[in-house]
Amino acid sequence: MMLSIQDLHATVADKEILRGISLTVSAGEVHAIMGPNGSGKSTLAQVLAGHPGYVVTGGSVTYMGQDLLEMQPEARAHAGVFLAFQYPIEIPGVSNAYFLRTAYNEVRKANGQEEVDPMDFLDIMTEKLQLVEMDEAMLQRSVNMGFSGGEKKRNEILQMAVLEPRLAILDETDSGLDIDALRIVAHGVNSLRRPDKATIVVTHYQRLLNYIVPDFVHVLVNGRIVKSGGKELALELEAKGYDWLIEEPAAVGA
Amino acid sequence: MTGSLRSRQRLEPDVGTTVYHQQFATLPNEGPTWLGPMRKRAMERFEAHGFPTPKNEDWHFTNPAPITEEAFQPMKPALGTVTHADIAPFLVGHAEWPTVVFVNGRYSPSLSKVDNLPIGVQVMSLASALHEEPTLLEQYLGKVACYETQGVAFTAINTALMRDGAVLHVASDTVVETPIHLLFVSDAGAEGGVSYPRNLLVVERNARATVIEQYASLGDARYLTNSVTECVVTDGATLHHYKLQREGMKAFHVGHVEVTQARDSHYVSFSFVSGASLSRSNIYTTLAGDGCGATLNGLYMLDGHQTSDHQTRIEHAQPNCYSREMYKGILDGSSHGVFNGKVYVHPIAQKTDGKQTNKTLLLSDRARIDTKPQLEIFADDVKCTHGATVGRLDDLASFYMKSRGVGAETTRRLLTYAFAAEVLETIELEPLKEALEAMTMARYTGSTGK
Repeated sequence: MMLSIQDLHATVADKEILRGISLTVSAGEVHAIMGPNGSGKSTLAQVLAGHPGYVVTGGSVTYMGQDLLEMQPEARAHAGVFLAFQYPIEIPGVSNAYFLRTAYNEVRKANGQEEVDPMDFLDIMTEKLQLVEMDEAMLQRSVNMGFSGGEKKRNEILQMAVLEPRLAILDETDSGLDIDALRIVAHGVNSLRRPDKATIVVTHYQRLLNYIVPDFVHVLVNGRIVKSGGKELALELEAKGYDWLIEEPAAVGA
Repeated sequence: MTGSLRSRQRLEPDVGTTVYHQQFATLPNEGPTWLGPMRKRAMERFEAHGFPTPKNEDWHFTNPAPITEEAFQPMKPALGTVTHADIAPFLVGHAEWPTVVFVNGRYSPSLSKVDNLPIGVQVMSLASALHEEPTLLEQYLGKVACYETQGVAFTAINTALMRDGAVLHVASDTVVETPIHLLFVSDAGAEGGVSYPRNLLVVERNARATVIEQYASLGDARYLTNSVTECVVTDGATLHHYKLQREGMKAFHVGHVEVTQARDSHYVSFSFVSGASLSRSNIYTTLAGDGCGATLNGLYMLDGHQTSDHQTRIEHAQPNCYSREMYKGILDGSSHGVFNGKVYVHPIAQKTDGKQTNKTLLLSDRARIDTKPQLEIFADDVKCTHGATVGRLDDLASFYMKSRGVGAETTRRLLTYAFAAEVLETIELEPLKEALEAMTMARYTGSTGK
């Protein structure tokens, strides 16, 4: 088992967002986390990556036998956790190439591997750029500065392709993408699927799951997983919406 | 209160005032006939007001006492020992750009390179322009930069005692893409001295020019640069003006830039400050015609016990003009930054569109910023905004970088650089932008960023 989340609780500004999440992910699997707005699915993604704005108030997360919650965000990245941000951050003046090389080398260094020089890194980049159909000129532009929404998302997948994470978490990577960009992003993600790697796809819509086919679908409502199933659950949600699941726990509680 | 202070000053005149009076008394009587009376009037204005103190609103956050209490002597002309290799590190951008070099305040023909000037561009030293272009100087010199009040006492002193500087004239309809670099260096001989660089930049109708005005030290001398640059941007003209203040860490710098803009003209300024123990940079522009634009950006990066004070003043004197300001500061150690951005919108200046921002990054608990936006609006149909932020590095950006495996220290360094880069990116002169980015990248990350 790669990732084991047990009864996870988390708050932001004293408001409880995650209210007892349990989930296990094994190597080779793709899990989709779906749910209505405000259900806590993005929070779950960010808590796993170590976002400083959330406070974990209960439960545990074990990743590759380690206590993930004890690790700094950079240590999680070194151990192979990657979060594709819903709203990627702009970094003026720092070129994409420099940022990626810095990240790549820091991950290598942390894993006892040698750093790669700029020329060799360019070779690696050239191959990865093709994967997400990005122009080489993008490398010299400042990180995400002036990028369109689609370019930012592709840039996230480019970073993922370069860092080759063991556990990739995609936080609403499909939001704001047109169908072409969606296809490119999905192709990038699918090309990175390996038996020793796992992916968690957080999404509001079923659309992305036509391209990245999940093994498991979990529905998050009000900070809890209310239903889990196979990929057909996503289709059911597409047809019926989330309302029937939102009412269900209320009925049980009454 | 003021009366008693004045009378005390009469009994014990402060050292600085006397020193400047002596310098004035021994100044050779040269130049065109109108010059002497102008110097005299400026000296009288200075003596009437004396130096400003923090009681003066324009000097509220910076006490100029370390400068005014010191008896700086006029800098001796340089010994001629400064070589091309000495100034090479300061040739930001391209070494082939026309470069006018001054050493210890005096024009150095041997270090300058003005044989490749574009057609329509005239550059000369103030000392020779006083003989060769008296008409041009009479029209503008001392007419743009006000020296009447106590707040601009240093401008009055410069006007009374100026000896040299650069005079640039760009003829009508001349579009010059190549920048003209005015480089003022001080060497070890500057110790204990003061220089009064005085520049005049005149850009005629529909012309376009770019000027780099740089101050730097070759050594570690303690001296004062008291500079004044007057800019005349006439109808439809554009002047890009980059001022780099990279004086030595023991030096003092008081630099005054004053601009007058005519109809449909554009003035674009960038003030880059990393040097001097104590510096004051004024950038004043008057939008004196319809449809003008002014862009005043800047970056100050301080450490140790440095103080840098910027005062910008934008006079919206006519309708339909815009002004844009972005100043950023990175303060480390026990440094002190000051930003005072004045914007006056005159009653006639309808449809004024003004925007000002000042952002400061504090890297140390001992560093301090005083930021004071000052908008005085007397027209009713205007859009003017201002904003100031003071803080530390953005948590979300830090998280983003760390989530890619970048360690805490590298993240801090890169984001510090990125904070500066946001304003450096506004520099349109690409080679200069790259040079300043590289300099800033090296300062905060120890890397070239390539």
